[in-house]
Amino acid sequence: MSNATPTTDPSFETTSSYIASDELRQVVNVALVLQKPLLIRGEPGTGKTLLAHAVAESLQMPLIRWHVKSTTKAQDGLYHYDTVQRLNDSRFGDGDVSEIENYIKLGPLGQAFEAARRSVVLIDEIDKADVEFPNDLLHELDAMSFTVAETGREVAAAHRPFVLITSNAEKELPDAFLRRCIFHYIDFPPPALMTDIVAVHHPGLDQTLLQQCLEKFYWLRDQPQVRKKPSTSELVDWIGALVRSGLDAEALKGDFPFLGVLLKKEADLQALRGRRSG
Amino acid sequence: MFVEFFFHLRRRGIPVSTTEFLTLLEALEKGLSAASLTTFYGLARSILVKRVEHFDLYDGAFLEFFEDRPFALRPGSEIEDELLSWLQEARFFRELTPEQIAALERLDLEELRRQFEERLQEQDERHDGGNRWIGTGGTSPFGHSGYHPGGIRVGGPGKNRSAVQIAQARRFRNLRTDRVLDTRQIAVALRKLRRLERRGRAEELDLEATVDATARNFGDIDLIFRPPRENQVRLLLLMDVGGSMNPYSELTSRLFSAAHRARHFRRFEALYFHNCPYETLYTDMYRQKGKPTEEVLAEVDSRWCCLIVGDAAMAPEELMQPGGSISYYHLNAEPGIDWLRRIKGQVPRAAWLNPDRPDWWGSYTTRKIGELFPMFPLTLDGLSEAVAEVR
Repeated sequence: MSNATPTTDPSFETTSSYIASDELRQVVNVALVLQKPLLIRGEPGTGKTLLAHAVAESLQMPLIRWHVKSTTKAQDGLYHYDTVQRLNDSRFGDGDVSEIENYIKLGPLGQAFEAARRSVVLIDEIDKADVEFPNDLLHELDAMSFTVAETGREVAAAHRPFVLITSNAEKELPDAFLRRCIFHYIDFPPPALMTDIVAVHHPGLDQTLLQQCLEKFYWLRDQPQVRKKPSTSELVDWIGALVRSGLDAEALKGDFPFLGVLLKKEADLQALRGRRSG
Repeated sequence: MFVEFFFHLRRRGIPVSTTEFLTLLEALEKGLSAASLTTFYGLARSILVKRVEHFDLYDGAFLEFFEDRPFALRPGSEIEDELLSWLQEARFFRELTPEQIAALERLDLEELRRQFEERLQEQDERHDGGNRWIGTGGTSPFGHSGYHPGGIRVGGPGKNRSAVQIAQARRFRNLRTDRVLDTRQIAVALRKLRRLERRGRAEELDLEATVDATARNFGDIDLIFRPPRENQVRLLLLMDVGGSMNPYSELTSRLFSAAHRARHFRRFEALYFHNCPYETLYTDMYRQKGKPTEEVLAEVDSRWCCLIVGDAAMAPEELMQPGGSISYYHLNAEPGIDWLRRIKGQVPRAAWLNPDRPDWWGSYTTRKIGELFPMFPLTLDGLSEAVAEVR
């Protein structure tokens, strides 16, 4: 337990641009108080990544992003020792080659540890990396410190950052890693919450139009032959398209304009057309 | 009894670890339950349950545990004495030493209950004199009608549904692993089929070798590259598209599309058959285009893995007799079982996935095939086991 905990932790609230369910707000605050990483899972487009931005905004902390790719290694998050640059400098006599520290570049976690104030670290799509990746980070996330092997310097967090991890569950995450996290699954928003979410993106939208859109949207998601279910972000885009083209609630009756904004797969479009004509 | 909740979840198949349980106790001590069962429901789930697949089990277990407790059924009142005293019990466990925690993990429930009761009694006796368990008196995060240390506001106001009602909704039922297999989940299971080796084009900087070569080169930089690590697994997928498989065609096609899209296999070959593979395998589901089985087998070897999907239920002669094929115009010279043996001989790392429920696997041909191939149900768990078998 770090003694850097301020006694009056601010708590996370819904921001002007992000609507969080009560459940989600609670879980973020639990992770903040317990100072444990928060693992978020959910369908694509349920706002997992946006949550990190909202938390940073709400708590007025800087946000440090770490986008994980299939080739990302745990080490990349801590620091990178640029040997090639050093070799190069020594070859051409540039820079101070004797000072190894000059060639140590801190990664996202390293930056967060060294930051002067508490920050939010987003480890985005952790499941994209190798299966061993989360395990390699266990110690650093627990102790919130690491040692730069090349110089022996210890990088320790003055303020334990709030670590938010998102996953599409493409891979099973290791148990040891899961045990240390607080976990939340972002359920697909029910219509009531969706109304609030849409209002954030399209303020002043005609209520009849909105109700029509939501009805069609949830109907579409319920169709078994639609494999790639449209998500929140697609609904927001779709309403945007309807608004820009000046269509009103009347135009939605018996028609499905801009269906391609909601359904991205040819097979889904065809399956639906077949159903509607048949 | 608070600790019973922990054991109750474990008995219901949720793998809650002691670490997680202690984290929950820490959270309660910090007042995060806000003395409401609804908040407690979410709090405990976020700390104890790390897989969506277990959410439904949790809902079920939660219901079972709280249904008969008086405080669970009155959603309107947020602060209930019974709940408070129940949560208060949690505090004793915070005082356990690491040795005691280790012992706790080894204890069975009865034994633990006995020890816990002894502890409680002991605690009661010493209570008046001020004791080491509840020493600080008056600062309990729970006992003071909504006083929350640190000014932390958690969860929504009292308008929420009660936790029991939330659990009753069983929103996560269709995320259980033993029920659903969606393409993504199949892909996850198939990804475990990997063997990484360095082969192919040299694209990755080999730092050690570069430093070495540069030093040998009197400081002139000499960059050395090596091939990146790649998956060397080759997968042969054989799928039954016969009549009795019709109910499962959706499931089979999901498996196929997941395997097809998993571009990480070095080689991937998918072929179809009707009830039982004979001398021809088909490259399309409608069995229009064929490929001699001999030819397929000539292209694969023991470096391959083979997954066969089928219900394995057919007339005995389809499997055991020459000419037994279900197709009227097809006269197979050799019995199907011989072809299966040949496949197994060529690709020993093979497993059979059966979409039928395991309690239906009693038919003669199913048992016969089960002797040849380890058989697993076509569920996420079954697929994972099959993958572990063949990798």
